[in-house]
Amino acid sequence: MAPADRMTKPIRVLVAKPGLDGHDRGAKVIARALRDAGMEVIYTGLRQTPEMIVNAALQEDVQVIGLSILSGAHNAIVPRVMELLRQKDMADVKVIVGGIVPDEDAESLKRQGVAAVFQPGASLEAIVSFIRGAVG
Amino acid sequence: MKTVERQFTTISGVPIEPVYGPEDPGPENQAPLPDAGEFPYTRGIHRDMYGGKLWTMRQFSGFATPEETNRRYHYLLEQGQTGLSVAFDLPTLMGYDADHPMSAGEVGKCGAAVSSLEDMEILFRGIPLGEVTVSMTINSPAAVLWAMYLAVAEQQGVDWRRLSGTLQNDILKEYIAQKEYIFPPRQSMRLVTDTIEFGASHTPKFNPISISGYHIREAGSTAVQELAFTLRDGMEYVDWAVERGLAIDDFAPRLSFFFNAHSDFFEEIAKYRAARKIWAMVMKERYGARSERSLKLRFHAQTAGCSLTWQQPYNNVVRTTLQAMAAVLGGAQSLHTNSLDEAYALPGEHAVTIALRTQQVLAYESGLAGAVDPLGGSYFLEKLTTETEAAANRYIRRIDEMGGMIPAIEAGFPQTEIAAASYRYQREVEAQERVVVGVNRFQSDDQPIELLHIDETSARHQEAKLAALRARRDNSKVDRALDQLKRAAEGTENTMPRLLDAVRAYATLGEICDALRAVFGTYTETARL
Repeated sequence: MAPADRMTKPIRVLVAKPGLDGHDRGAKVIARALRDAGMEVIYTGLRQTPEMIVNAALQEDVQVIGLSILSGAHNAIVPRVMELLRQKDMADVKVIVGGIVPDEDAESLKRQGVAAVFQPGASLEAIVSFIRGAVG
Repeated sequence: MKTVERQFTTISGVPIEPVYGPEDPGPENQAPLPDAGEFPYTRGIHRDMYGGKLWTMRQFSGFATPEETNRRYHYLLEQGQTGLSVAFDLPTLMGYDADHPMSAGEVGKCGAAVSSLEDMEILFRGIPLGEVTVSMTINSPAAVLWAMYLAVAEQQGVDWRRLSGTLQNDILKEYIAQKEYIFPPRQSMRLVTDTIEFGASHTPKFNPISISGYHIREAGSTAVQELAFTLRDGMEYVDWAVERGLAIDDFAPRLSFFFNAHSDFFEEIAKYRAARKIWAMVMKERYGARSERSLKLRFHAQTAGCSLTWQQPYNNVVRTTLQAMAAVLGGAQSLHTNSLDEAYALPGEHAVTIALRTQQVLAYESGLAGAVDPLGGSYFLEKLTTETEAAANRYIRRIDEMGGMIPAIEAGFPQTEIAAASYRYQREVEAQERVVVGVNRFQSDDQPIELLHIDETSARHQEAKLAALRARRDNSKVDRALDQLKRAAEGTENTMPRLLDAVRAYATLGEICDALRAVFGTYTETARL
């Protein structure tokens, strides 16, 4: 994307709730905060499989996927999303994960290509700046 | 940095004056309040409150396999806990067996995995169900898990009429807040009504439902929203049971409630007092209940999980203590105190022991359990109680005008009200208008704590048990039971007897829920921000 485009076109983000976890407070707060920061946000709603998430990301042509997982299933779900992105030649899409992810799991997810993991207490501002820095 | 040395609103945003006096509670409250044990029970449902019986110390607990959870239950009972409370994992809550593809990575993570009557037998091995009261946090498939529980009691030779405990079974707050639903709202309400009806004639000491504000609050609501949506949910269940033909006083005494104990001390106490008053008035005036037991709101409280911080986790012990004090001063019948490590994981044994000891210190050392409603008559608390009651009643009227809770849910009304409150709160934290100690002020390096890890061996164990069960049982009997269940679900007969037959034949949770999915269909929420 040319620099001029970047100035005018808002960053597009898919916020997704994978797995069986229904706790959507965090995902909704983040989605609203990103929207208030001028980004275009698509929220998938609940119970998305990795396949559904990657397809939505492709169709919506997003630069960032935000996965919110509080159930402890991140080690099963996130690697599958990363693998599908590689298969579909979408490795340039940045994946960020938010939720209850212990430090050692966060490190392991980052080694598998996740751009950032935000743990409880992370500020909205930190997430917004990270996305701007990673995509801008 | 902007400093805020004094909080001028409650955590829910209700303005607070610097001082309150005799004129504040308002002219309607100038007459002395009726005593505890007297209508409308603002001060408590019993005259002597904890002098008669301490609250039940009931730690919500469940992780990994039924075998491991059973060991934790024995441990908690040995440590002086007085009741059990079962946490099921997400596949169980969603009606999937441990070996279903949607269960991948989720088995045993958020609670105990229970896919069949065999798992339920293991869960309560060595625990006499005629003596220990058991609460089960299960909603969409609650009728199925309850059938398993009743079948275990039967095996133990315990008369169902002696069983005492609580089924959460509150599907409305799932659509509103926690989002663990399977079937559409009206089909779900039919199942709930089946359990209330079955309980009224078979299990006179068991609460078939625990109408819950806890999850509404955890989703980010204000105290008033928690109160209003919960009580309006309660009215919806009453409407359905009355419509079924049950007499109000035959089931209302067994309706129980479950509230959050959040951090704003006085606001929480006011919430519990207002809850008792509104419910008593509603039961008497709206439904014409005559029995005193129908009018008395009994509730379980749990300290606020969402208030726990990942940073400086030992501070969570202090938060939990203050929240538990509010629940006790507000007259809770039973209480769960969160463990200090629960911002990270399900609690480890050391952490859960501290949480239980917190309740024991409050009960036996603090003097809080002495006089009933000791803060009653405080100008501030009475004013806050009156305001909370009025604000909750305004919400209840709005939902009445929408045609009840189901149309309100379908229109996304409670969901969007909660999301707006939750976003407002987070913005205030972000702007440092609200201080969260250790998170946005007073930060320091974290002290590492020991955590409970649940790996995939639990899932493999559960999968192997299921495969063996499917090979061992009489599959033609299972098929027959599932067919009969489907026929009952298609018609109007109570599904409980058919569910009991199905679980006794060792049909699995997933198979039973699939049979019901085939008849009822499933529900998907419109994604809203």
